[in-house]
Amino acid sequence: MELNDWSGVLVYVECIGREVTAVSRELLSEAGRLVKQNGDPIYAVAVGANPEGLTEQLGCFDINKLYYYHTTAEFQANLFEQAVTQCINILRPAIVLIGGTARGRALAPRVAVAFKTGLTADCTQLELDEMGRLVQTRPAFGGNIMASILTEAARPQIATVRPGIFPAAETAKQDGEMTVHVEELGGDKVPVVLLAQSDIEQKAGIDQQEILVAAGRGVKRKEDLKMLRELAGLLGGRLASSRALVEKGWMKPEEQIGLSGTTVAPKCLLTFGVSGTVQFMAGMKNTPNIIAVNLDSEAKIFEIAHVPICADLYEVVPELIRILKGIPPAADSRRVKGE
Amino acid sequence: MRIAVCMKQVPAYSEGNMDERTGLLIRSGLETAVNVYDLAALETALRIKETAGGTVAVFTMGPAGAESVLREAYAYGADQGVLICDRAFGGADVLATSYTLMQAIKTQGSYDLILCGKQTTDGDTAQVSGALAKWLEIPHFTEVSAVSVTGEKRFCITQTFERQKLVWDIAVPCLLAVQRHIWPVRMPSLKLRMAGKKKMITELGIDKFEDQDVGHYGLKGSATQVKRIFPPKRTSRGSVMSMEGPAAAIYILRTIEAIQGVKEEGAWS
Repeated sequence: MELNDWSGVLVYVECIGREVTAVSRELLSEAGRLVKQNGDPIYAVAVGANPEGLTEQLGCFDINKLYYYHTTAEFQANLFEQAVTQCINILRPAIVLIGGTARGRALAPRVAVAFKTGLTADCTQLELDEMGRLVQTRPAFGGNIMASILTEAARPQIATVRPGIFPAAETAKQDGEMTVHVEELGGDKVPVVLLAQSDIEQKAGIDQQEILVAAGRGVKRKEDLKMLRELAGLLGGRLASSRALVEKGWMKPEEQIGLSGTTVAPKCLLTFGVSGTVQFMAGMKNTPNIIAVNLDSEAKIFEIAHVPICADLYEVVPELIRILKGIPPAADSRRVKGE
Repeated sequence: MRIAVCMKQVPAYSEGNMDERTGLLIRSGLETAVNVYDLAALETALRIKETAGGTVAVFTMGPAGAESVLREAYAYGADQGVLICDRAFGGADVLATSYTLMQAIKTQGSYDLILCGKQTTDGDTAQVSGALAKWLEIPHFTEVSAVSVTGEKRFCITQTFERQKLVWDIAVPCLLAVQRHIWPVRMPSLKLRMAGKKKMITELGIDKFEDQDVGHYGLKGSATQVKRIFPPKRTSRGSVMSMEGPAAAIYILRTIEAIQGVKEEGAWS
C-alpha cells in the first residue's frame, strides 16, 4: 500500500434525527487540531434522512468536503458501512474518526475490515508523530497503564473516541467554502423491516448531576449500596459506580463512570472505595472537585483527588447520613464502638 | 437452526498484567473467568434453541486453558465446544481476532445465527462482533435487548441505543451482540457439568483453516501495533488525610458546603 496516497482526516458525522451528535462536533474540533500540524484537509461524511440544517450545524468547522448520503432507513451497520466505505474510496483519508457511541461502535469495525486496516477503540489522546502517523493512545486492558498504538502499514487509520473525551471547542473558521456532495444510498438488500421505533425518555443521567457519589470495589455487599444511594439522595445527587460493580451486576451500565461507561464532570464527585483505574479516571478527571474516601492510603484515586481521605467508608457513610438527617449522635453506640 | 456463540476467557480481575516490552497481556498465572457478557449470549442461544430447535456451538479462542470456557458452556447446555488454539493466533488485534474467528466458524459449516456478548471485560472495545460480521458478510445488530422467534428462521429483535429503541423483523443469517441483561442467566446444571467433562472438544489450529498463511493471524496479521506503554501522568493534588469516620464525615460536609458556596468551578484544583 502506498501510504502517501492517503491524506486528510475524515470525521463520521452521526445524526440522530436532524441533530448532529455532540461527539461528532468534538471529533471535528479534534480533527482541526490535528491538521494544524500539516495543513491537511478535513472531510465529513453523514448518513441520514434529513439534510436540512446539516450544513448550518457544521458551518463553524473548517470542513473542505462534506459527503451526505441520503437514506430514509434507520441505522443499520451494514447499510451505513456502504456509505462510509464509498466515501473513503473517493477521498482516501489517512485518518477516520468515529464517535464511540452505540451506533459508531457498530459501524467502525465493519469499515475497518472493509479496508483490512487497524481500529483503535476508545482513544483518549490523538497526536501525529514526526512521520505524520496517528499515535492513538488509550488505557489498556482496563488496568493502570496507557498504550500508544499505531496502524503502521494499512490505511486509513481508524479510531473511535467516546463522547466527552475531547472538548467541542469550535474551530475558528478560515476562508474557504465547504463543498457538499449529496449521494443517494441504495436501499438495503437485506430482508429486514423496522417494526417500531421509540425515543427513550431521557432521565437526567449521571453526566448531568451537580453532585455524584461513586461506589467502588470497596463496597462489600450489594445491600450496602442502599446507604450510598440514600447519601446521594440526601446530597441532592445520584449514585454512580466504577466498572467493578457493574460487572458484578450490582449497578446498571448507565450508572458506570469511566471510559467504558459515561464521562462525567459534576461540580463535586465523592468516591467511596474506588481504587482509581485508568479507565475510571479517564471518565472523571475533568471534575473540578473530587473527594475520595478509601481505606488504602496508596489508592491511585488519591493522586487525582483534591480531597483525599484515608478512612473506612463503613464508618464515614452512616455518619454522613446521620448528620444530613439531623439525627443526634447515639452516644451509647459510639461508646460501644470505642471499647 | 444452527447457532454459534463466541465466548472468551478473561482475567478474573479487571487489572490484567501486561508485558512491559511487548504490551501484550500475560495470561499465565492469572485467575481466569468466562467473560460475563458472553453468558448472556449463550443464554440467548439456548433460549432460541429451546423455541426453534437446533444446535448451539460455542467457539472460544485462547490458550489451551481456555478449554474451561467450553466445559462451562457444556454445563449450561451447549452442544458443541470449539477451541481455537494455536501459537500463531497470539497477540491478535480486532482485525486479526475477528479474521481468526471467521476462519474457525467456516470450518464448521454455515450458521444461521451468531451470537456475541456486548463486550469483554479485558479488551473492552466491543468491536470484534462487528468485525466478525463483516468478514462473514452478514448483517449485525448490536445492543440487542430482546429477541423472539417469529417464524421459520425469522426473529423480532429490539436494539436499545442511547436515545432510541428500534424493533426489527430480521432474517438469518445474521450476528447479534446482546446486552448483558437480555435474560437472567440460568444456573449451570450439575448433571450437564458432569457429562460435559467427558464430552469431546473440537480443537482447531491453523492447519484446519482454509487460509493457512501465518501472516494473516496473531501479531503478524494485526494492523495495529502497540508502540509504547506507559503509566498515566498523575499529579498529586493533596496529601492523603487519615481520619476516623465522624471526623471524615464533618470534613466532607464542610468541603461540599464550601464548593456549593463558590460560584466559579475549580475552586479546589
